[in-house]
Amino acid sequence: MIDSRDLELLEHIQTGLPVCSRPYAEIGRRCDMPESEVIERLTRLKQQGLIKRMGVIVKHRKLGYRANAMVVWNVPDDRVKQLGGHMSRFPFVTLCYRRPRRPGWPYNLYCMIHGKDRATVLQQLEQLTVACGLTSFDHEVLFSRRCFKQRGAVYKNIAATASAEVVHG
Amino acid sequence: MLTPLHKRLLNDFQHDFPLTERPFQAIADELGVAEDEVISALNDLNDKRFISRIGPVIPPNHIGVSTLVAMAVPEERLQEVADKISAYREVNHNYEREHPFNLWFVVIAADAAHLRAVIEAIEQETACKTMQLPLLDDFFIDLGFKLDLNND
Repeated sequence: MIDSRDLELLEHIQTGLPVCSRPYAEIGRRCDMPESEVIERLTRLKQQGLIKRMGVIVKHRKLGYRANAMVVWNVPDDRVKQLGGHMSRFPFVTLCYRRPRRPGWPYNLYCMIHGKDRATVLQQLEQLTVACGLTSFDHEVLFSRRCFKQRGAVYKNIAATASAEVVHG
Repeated sequence: MLTPLHKRLLNDFQHDFPLTERPFQAIADELGVAEDEVISALNDLNDKRFISRIGPVIPPNHIGVSTLVAMAVPEERLQEVADKISAYREVNHNYEREHPFNLWFVVIAADAAHLRAVIEAIEQETACKTMQLPLLDDFFIDLGFKLDLNND
């Protein structure tokens, strides 16, 4: 379980770990917590899966990955889990979620593909489609155009003083 | 220009970043360089905005509740509507995509009631209907993203 001190710690680390010799001590100073407790809490949160990963978060676009497609599929409900599990193992798939269908929107499985350009992304999609046996299922490809806003969620006022980075909801 | 050290720092430490007193020393040991070389290379990557940060990624819906939202906005109103939506602190990602549903954003709130209130406010302010697509299952094991940096 996550407690209020965990949330406070996540708030102070959300803009990133300071790049200095003892970064956890520095974070600890900001939220009045010993360095050892910072490390313990982060280790536990990671073990519990409340931190999905801890590390360098790169900027895809700046590093030449300019094409981003959200691909949505309509697959049988009893196969979503198996197909989602299979899709998420491809290195170019950067997210893979099940979401509900809506009137006029029959899709229940979503994946995101990041690539250097549109042609590469479409090639990777083709590879994914064949390898996962998705050819007979309806799908749509939604390439991104403008990015109006991109940042981690700020959780001020949420769960008291909580604050954290969250990936695409 | 990316040096070999830059490339390894970008690719090899996206997950399992050391949770030890001197994480950059641990990385330096692994790479066979000095701690201050690692620190200066990471500062360099930061300055060039190749990395967004070093830190934790929290899976959705573990803290607060969130939903992906899609809207079909008339092309001539897209910028205006997008700006209005981006102004909400509860909105984090907000993208134009090539589709009749051309605006896609994520709303995050403390609880379901707050989430509903924000979405209602957005619908009212923009006079556009929303399609809410909350996450049901997450199949993705996030190990970061393998970058091919050979052409840099």
